[in-house]
Amino acid sequence: MSLDPATVRRIASLARLHIEDGDVATLQTELNGILGWIEQLNEVDVEGVEPLTGAAQMALKMREDVVTDGGMAEAVLRNAPDRVGNFFTVPKVVE
Amino acid sequence: MTLTDLSLVDARDGLRARRFSARELVAAHVAAIEALNPRLNAFITVTAEAALAEADAADAALGRGEAGALTGIPLAIKDLFCTADVRTTAGSRILESFVPPYESTVTANLRRDGAVFVGKTNLDEFAMGSSNMTSAFGPVESPWKRAGANGVRDAARLVPGGSSGGSAAAVAARLALGATGTDTGGSIRQPASFSGIVGIKPSYGRCSRWGVVAFASSLDHPGPFARSVEDCAVLLGSMAGHDPRDSTSVDRIVPDYAAACRRGVRGLRIGVPREYRAEGMPAEIEALWQQGLTWLREAGAEIVEISLPHTKYGLATYYIVAPAEASSNLARYDGVRFGLRVPGEDLSDMYKRTRAAGFGTEVRRRILIGTYVLSAGYYDAYYLRAQKVRALILRDFTEAFAQVDALLTPTTPSAAFAHGENMDDPVKMWLNDVFTVPADLAGVPAMSVPAGLDADGLPLGLQVIGRLFDEETVFAVGAVIEQAAGFTALPSIRAGV
Repeated sequence: MSLDPATVRRIASLARLHIEDGDVATLQTELNGILGWIEQLNEVDVEGVEPLTGAAQMALKMREDVVTDGGMAEAVLRNAPDRVGNFFTVPKVVE
Repeated sequence: MTLTDLSLVDARDGLRARRFSARELVAAHVAAIEALNPRLNAFITVTAEAALAEADAADAALGRGEAGALTGIPLAIKDLFCTADVRTTAGSRILESFVPPYESTVTANLRRDGAVFVGKTNLDEFAMGSSNMTSAFGPVESPWKRAGANGVRDAARLVPGGSSGGSAAAVAARLALGATGTDTGGSIRQPASFSGIVGIKPSYGRCSRWGVVAFASSLDHPGPFARSVEDCAVLLGSMAGHDPRDSTSVDRIVPDYAAACRRGVRGLRIGVPREYRAEGMPAEIEALWQQGLTWLREAGAEIVEISLPHTKYGLATYYIVAPAEASSNLARYDGVRFGLRVPGEDLSDMYKRTRAAGFGTEVRRRILIGTYVLSAGYYDAYYLRAQKVRALILRDFTEAFAQVDALLTPTTPSAAFAHGENMDDPVKMWLNDVFTVPADLAGVPAMSVPAGLDADGLPLGLQVIGRLFDEETVFAVGAVIEQAAGFTALPSIRAGV
């Protein structure tokens, strides 16, 4: 599988990464190099193998569905690039 | 002996015997940082003033006879661990001014036991790298130098390894008695090997990931660095433990790792994975590996050749799974709740410009790979297949550990390289982690112990891999290697020189 320039642009858009038109060709070459190298996994017979999602070989624990924390708006907002009162702000999305 | 040359255990004993004060011990390390950090760039943030105040508190505690396991011990903290009210950058522009309002569980555990933090160490951006060259805060210089002609040291600046390069350099150069690191593909063991120190990645779940800036959650393992196996044992004993705030944290008793260092290896079966004989591996690394096996045999262990047949697929598997998880974890950096914000034409453009400006080349590359392998139509071909190969890699280890108690391998396929080397092709840089990645994929504990020098006088480590949650055997084997190797070589840039 080989990425074309349109796919590179689509992936960047899905990843919410701005790319300059001049960077598309370089990224295309780099990503295709990496994906070509990854193709080696096609040699492995994985028939009937269950996928391993993580190294934690245990059942996830259950807990009571209760509020255990909160009431610290100042701490939560402390690192916000912009705020109004106790709210985060974003550029206007609805006219 | 100067205070910066002490082992962590000797410093602890000296403090308890009141041979010197915590103030003196911490001040010596702070002075060493002031002298050497401008050159090494091992720390992104130095917390000298807070460290000295904590040292005074430690002296007061020692005076009351209330010493914890690490009271008054100066440690360096990888700048991936959130520290309350101290800037935590993850080596990235996007978090350049992030000041966490909370403390990671691992650093809270170290503080509970009395440790003093001298600063936050440099790292590859978001822990993505094997050289510390991807940090937004500049590269770290290894304190080691290649031996040049006529006894004059070669001037080339070497990498300390990565991603925990600042932590490894700080411990090697004697700017701290120990440090924290994280290991996702080798980021503790590879820099430990390059820097001539000990580093252990414990089993997945042993150390809480809560408050550690996430890279790849199913692979991220916090762990310690120090200059001896026993020092690492003391640090891991403090860092480890169940944490209800990390759903993958394991609820098991933390054993006495320091005691395990004195167990010896008599009667143990040590496996030699034949697939680790990588093509083109330098003869001196092969020779050191054989030497390590001889040391273990002489100490009473039985050496058994075993097979880990899927070893060669470890890296490719890793470079699907880790970027996939990273692309998801790093979605949180959107310029809204914390971190950098770059204005755009609209909300979507603001996200895109913020992330393009805030992330470096390697991080952007991995986010793109991860987004691609998770995208509709490619998920099964890449991500699902990689998860299945990961299962086979785990099965290899499970079958090996039915025959043997631990494995011995080289840590890295080469010694440290120079700044700028291996930068032309991302895959070339990634190949550094060929021997370390499998243990991350399987979640089993693994340690690097300095065992010798290459022809250029640079450190080489041997790797001990153990059964899941059997760090004790890893410490036992590591301590025997350490004692037999008698590694006393010193880096040319270090405190007190």
